Amino acid sequence: MNEFINFYLIPGLVLGSIYALGAIGITMTFGILRFANFAHGETMTLGVYFTWSLVQFTDIHPLLLLPVSMVLTVGCVLLIDRGFYKPLRNSPTIILVIASFGLMLMVRSVVQFFWGVQLKTVLPGIQMPIVWFDYLRLSPKHIYIIGGALVLMYAVHYLLTYTKIGKAMRAMSDSPELARLTGIDTEKVVRTTWIVGATLACAAGVFLAVDTQVDTMMGFNLLLPMFAAAILGGVGKPYGAMAGGLIIGIAEEISTYPWLGDLWQFNPGYKQAIAFFIMIIMLLWRPTGLFRGKSF
Amino acid sequence: MDQQLYGYGLYIISLLTMGGIYAILTLGLNVQWGFTGLFNAGIAGFFGIGAYTAAILTTSPHTSHLGGFELPYVVAAIAAMLISGIIAFGVGKVCLKLRSDYLAIATIGIAEIFRLILKNETDITNGPRGISQIPKPFENLPEPWNQLAFLGLVLGTLLLVYVMLEVARKSPWGRVMTAIRDNETSARAAGKNVETFRMEGFVIGCMIMALAGAFMAHYLKFIDPNATDPLLATFIVFVMLVVGGSANNKGAILGAFVIWTLWSASEILTTQLPSELAIRTAYIRIFIIGLVLQFFLQKFPQGILPETRPSSPGKNKS
Amino acid sequence: MRVLELDNVVGGYGDTQILHGVSMHVDAGEIVVIIGPNGAGKSTAMKAVFGLLKLTGGAVLLDGKAITNTPPEQVVRQGVCYVPQTGNIFPSLSVEENLEMGAFVRTDDFRPRLNEIYEMFPPLHEKRLQAAGTLSGGQRQMVAMGKALMLEPKILLLDEPTAGLSPKFRGEIFETVKQINSAGTPILMVEQNAKQALGIASRGYVLVDGKNRFEGSGQDLLNDPEVAEMFLGGGKQPVPSGKA
Repeated sequence: MNEFINFYLIPGLVLGSIYALGAIGITMTFGILRFANFAHGETMTLGVYFTWSLVQFTDIHPLLLLPVSMVLTVGCVLLIDRGFYKPLRNSPTIILVIASFGLMLMVRSVVQFFWGVQLKTVLPGIQMPIVWFDYLRLSPKHIYIIGGALVLMYAVHYLLTYTKIGKAMRAMSDSPELARLTGIDTEKVVRTTWIVGATLACAAGVFLAVDTQVDTMMGFNLLLPMFAAAILGGVGKPYGAMAGGLIIGIAEEISTYPWLGDLWQFNPGYKQAIAFFIMIIMLLWRPTGLFRGKSF
Repeated sequence: MDQQLYGYGLYIISLLTMGGIYAILTLGLNVQWGFTGLFNAGIAGFFGIGAYTAAILTTSPHTSHLGGFELPYVVAAIAAMLISGIIAFGVGKVCLKLRSDYLAIATIGIAEIFRLILKNETDITNGPRGISQIPKPFENLPEPWNQLAFLGLVLGTLLLVYVMLEVARKSPWGRVMTAIRDNETSARAAGKNVETFRMEGFVIGCMIMALAGAFMAHYLKFIDPNATDPLLATFIVFVMLVVGGSANNKGAILGAFVIWTLWSASEILTTQLPSELAIRTAYIRIFIIGLVLQFFLQKFPQGILPETRPSSPGKNKS
Repeated sequence: MRVLELDNVVGGYGDTQILHGVSMHVDAGEIVVIIGPNGAGKSTAMKAVFGLLKLTGGAVLLDGKAITNTPPEQVVRQGVCYVPQTGNIFPSLSVEENLEMGAFVRTDDFRPRLNEIYEMFPPLHEKRLQAAGTLSGGQRQMVAMGKALMLEPKILLLDEPTAGLSPKFRGEIFETVKQINSAGTPILMVEQNAKQALGIASRGYVLVDGKNRFEGSGQDLLNDPEVAEMFLGGGKQPVPSGKA
């Protein structure tokens, strides 16, 4: 039991928090801008590499540098929207998806060009986990990640429930046409959506980098689980994305637990396939997701 | 001087060969996207299925992977197409009902799963190390005839696929496909079984992609899981189709040759640079191809050769 | 004083021309109704006011000032509010949040106006925290109208407000429309329920095939035998052409 919690469940929570933060951005883009943004993973990659460079220059802990890298990442995303998505605002959805696919590769190639493809770390050294109550083994970075994710998720909740622009975001997610007719400033809502999505993605990326390492393929590797989380929770429903992310993260980690006997029943080489299977099952069984988001 | 010309000649042959293989691949995508309106982002997966099937069926016995069948090329190619078709049928049954961006996500997932299988099932595929020493048609001929003969085979197959697809496009079947792509509700109201037509388009497209994969495996004589890196297979084919002109078979072929030449020529330019920079210029090339795509999406979404509609029976040619 | 005027407007969607020179106006204090067979261009004429389609001829004037082909988000800010036939509320937002969104353009405190709307529509106050999508059809229409009224518009455009409602609720909606009007807002309304609509109208226009056919006071149109034959229960309806 101890082993289960410490080596499977807690890593699952950490991974799930990261998926959740990324999935919120994806589900918001889906709901408000009405397309699947394949370049969202690369937003995370950008955030990570900005942070890495900042760490090199300032020697400050990466998590403390988050606000700065968030600003940089948001700036890039807004420029990308202006240059590549805004001209296509009225094009069919599929054109936007193809454009985002292209941007995924373009952003990644820029990162690879400037930073190279060797693996890096953003937090050198090995952190020793602390044992709590003689039972739980948690390293400080895990606490920061889960705690940070909770703070950010609460901030999103606050934005959506108590601020005018947050309500406008929910309104536009319900119906962009009616939002326009009502006089809601749709470009402002779009800008806010990108800002929120990029901020969360930057955090998610840096959390992952702090937990593992820095790698140019990080963003792409997270893409499928994030899409799965968004679909699981219900497209367009940020709370659904939070729940979906946690579920998928935990499912991935506990899948390799040796439920029977000493060795895993499920080959860890296929861990990444779990998110995919959950997603396919949802699409076939209940496409609107757990929280009844959009169906198409 | 003669040597240099000969070198250029060989380069042109290889350019045309790869361009031709990508043209076959792009034609396959055109069936799915241009004609049926299906966004298959898992091109890499079906391409890989074709490549690995051809490799496994034609190589000599090997301890590190499944093989030893040493079957003739034609048999292997047909087998590659059949297996791809069967898998496409299964995938289609599950995914084709999905809206276009969901289909894109699902097919990317399929391609990723396939790559994981290639990496993990090392008994069959030799994992990340790949399958090498794949036989190549005409390889026993002296140079340059071996290259030329293989090029001839590729171009001949390309022509065959093109003709068959043109016939299909102008046929009643092709007209129904276009009707479904443009207005599904009307087509359904007219009594057409939309699901069956979509499945047919999807399966045929995947079979053609597998054929291209088989050619690639023979041409390079080596295949590994990174052949299914999203860049080279999936993305570049979409760029080829968008630039050349989707829903237009000539456009698909044109786009393939144009973009491949751009890609390949830019590689020559970068080899002139000092080595530390040369590694990194691969990324610039990807960036530029991406920029080309964005430019066309914004300014020329129809591509260089826009769609030509097949005329209805009885109508005069204008 | 003409609050809203359409002067010989011509336009449609893409290649299809729907309006072939339609003219009408709404004066202060009026309820003006547009009726006509399906495909006559009634909703299209309303959408033209709101900038939802391109007009290739004619003009739309608000308080004498041209607003032809102004995009919807600007038209709202000029003081014209439009309640479409369907998709006229934000289902996942609460009633109160819907009304709040209606006031998005306002820079002042919207709370006084919110309370006025609650007084006009007591059921909305009762259900103000409930998700608007869970309300009944009639209550949803109330939310839609209340939302549009949050901006205290110069004129309110209603597109078939009683569509899909049972007879009992239809009557309530027409009463509500009268109520809104007596509170000071002129109304332009497209309606399929011609008889009841004309009953509360100051004036009406009958559109057929994208052109004006009849016009007059509500009572005159109700009593007109030709209009009665066309729409009010007698004889066959004319076969429309044009809009698909």
